[in-house]
Amino acid sequence: MAIADRIGSSLAAVPDKLADEGWRRRFLRNVFVPWLFIMPLLLIHIFVVAIPAVQGIYLSLTDWTGIRPGNFIGLENYYQLFFEDETFGKALFNNIQWMAFFLTVPFILALFGATMLSQIKRGGMVYRSILFIPYVLASVVTTTIWKNLLNPRKGIGAALADLGIEGFDVAFLGRPDSALLSIAFIDNWHFWGFLMILFLAAMQAIPPVLYDAAKIDGANRWQEFRHVTMPGIRPILLFMFMMVAIWSFLAFDYIWLLTQGGPGGASEVIATQLYKNAFLRFEAGYGAAQGVVISIFAGFIIMIFVMLRRRGWDI
Amino acid sequence: MTAVGRVSLRENILQRGRNRERGRLLVFNHTVLLLMTAFAIAPLLVLAFNSFKSNSEIGSNPLGPPGSLILDNYERAWDQGNFAITMRNSVIYVVVTIAAELVLGGLAAYALARKRPPGSDLLMLYFLVASTIPVWMYIVPLFVQFRTLKLLGTMHGLIIIYVAGNAPLTIFLLRSYMIDLPRELEDAARVDGANEFQVLTRIVLPLTKPGFLTVGLVVGLGVWNEFTLALTFIHDPNFAPVTTSFFKFTDRFARDWALTSAGAVIIIFPVMVLFLALQRQFIEGLAEGGIKT
Repeated sequence: MAIADRIGSSLAAVPDKLADEGWRRRFLRNVFVPWLFIMPLLLIHIFVVAIPAVQGIYLSLTDWTGIRPGNFIGLENYYQLFFEDETFGKALFNNIQWMAFFLTVPFILALFGATMLSQIKRGGMVYRSILFIPYVLASVVTTTIWKNLLNPRKGIGAALADLGIEGFDVAFLGRPDSALLSIAFIDNWHFWGFLMILFLAAMQAIPPVLYDAAKIDGANRWQEFRHVTMPGIRPILLFMFMMVAIWSFLAFDYIWLLTQGGPGGASEVIATQLYKNAFLRFEAGYGAAQGVVISIFAGFIIMIFVMLRRRGWDI
Repeated sequence: MTAVGRVSLRENILQRGRNRERGRLLVFNHTVLLLMTAFAIAPLLVLAFNSFKSNSEIGSNPLGPPGSLILDNYERAWDQGNFAITMRNSVIYVVVTIAAELVLGGLAAYALARKRPPGSDLLMLYFLVASTIPVWMYIVPLFVQFRTLKLLGTMHGLIIIYVAGNAPLTIFLLRSYMIDLPRELEDAARVDGANEFQVLTRIVLPLTKPGFLTVGLVVGLGVWNEFTLALTFIHDPNFAPVTTSFFKFTDRFARDWALTSAGAVIIIFPVMVLFLALQRQFIEGLAEGGIKT
């Protein structure tokens, strides 16, 4: 009886055990090993991005110097940013000017260039490659080139003055009224070719039949652009509007390399201020608050586009 | 009959239109494109010209081609700019970052594209949200964290940041390449007794090589040109990449245009060679990468 029981139970356990092993193998193959593959990169990313990002939110609520732990001061840093620190208002305004520049000038150039390029057959690759070259250059190189070219005594302005065209031999980067615009111009020289390539790729994906149909309907070139090209590239156009708007709040390296925010704060943006506060002035808590503010602006722009998409915009 | 007539009439109009346009329009197109090309390339030509001039020649002729080729500038720039060390550093940053990114990113993308373990969707959402977090949000706490952990100022510390920063892009790109592969290939390999790792290295990898090349180019170019993070995290000139070290160099020799121009050419030379060799991959890869970040 007892023996029979034991045999019976061990017999019953065999399929259980088999099933158990199958489950374990399946768990290993479908869950454990895949997550083992994912883990290294995920952990590095959490270590470098996620944890510090969350810490940043907390630190922005302290008067932390970056060396000793600070006291919790609530929203004091944010109050100071928006209501007391006039230089922050100026920097924010510069970011907005920067955005206004980058949402227009490179887009117009890129749309125009891509339209011209999409209509030619021979030599397209050569133009495409050359126009793309500035985009692969390092910012330190681009700024070195243009610092020299904009030099009032040895640059383009001086050459124009020699030819009798006066007015361009000024220190564009050294004057408060032209510094920011000059930096934007230089950054754009590097950037717009990239935008053009994106638009060109979208334009080449538009079926030629649509252009033929437009021609039969007697459309002129502007109407063709307006009613065939624009709808065809709309998704990438709107997406890049969003990205460029976000990038406008992150702008740093071209400004740091050319003027470090000067002269007299004329080209200061939030990121250059943040860098100075956190790494040169030991006001890390204040800098962290500026980092959070930048992220909030970026998140706000993303939200606008998500909402437009919900409303049925094709982005 | 009428249909045929209409079609040929339509073709006729189009053909005439095309012929008329071919002559007139394309002159305009090429004029515009040549002007744009000149705008893109002229500053680079001036840089190349100046790198072969003496400073006194730059003073009298700052924009035109050089009268004679002075190679001395390059030698001086290489020595004074510490390029022997910084070039080596930059090559290390680029190569190690690419290698780590491709290995770790390849593993993760494979798991996400082909195995889809529970939690995959949540993880993709994590990377999507993370990819929108600006570096300014975490740079300050990261700096302090790195100081505590003695990673500040070390090459491997900066490489870890580069690998993390490029992780979302790498995963999105590689995953999109891997997700299109037919399942049967893998299953056949598994039936033959291949394990997960073998399926990845023998089947999936060879078929998604273009994706890895794209990621390698995008990440490599980004690291070679990177300035902000290197400025923040590396202060010892012995570990500096070419970008931040060149920035200091141009500050020190601001008046010596011949020298700084030659230095700038040294920095862009490897990029230009690679770009000219792999134009298509570069342009398409960066376009793809730019959209996915």
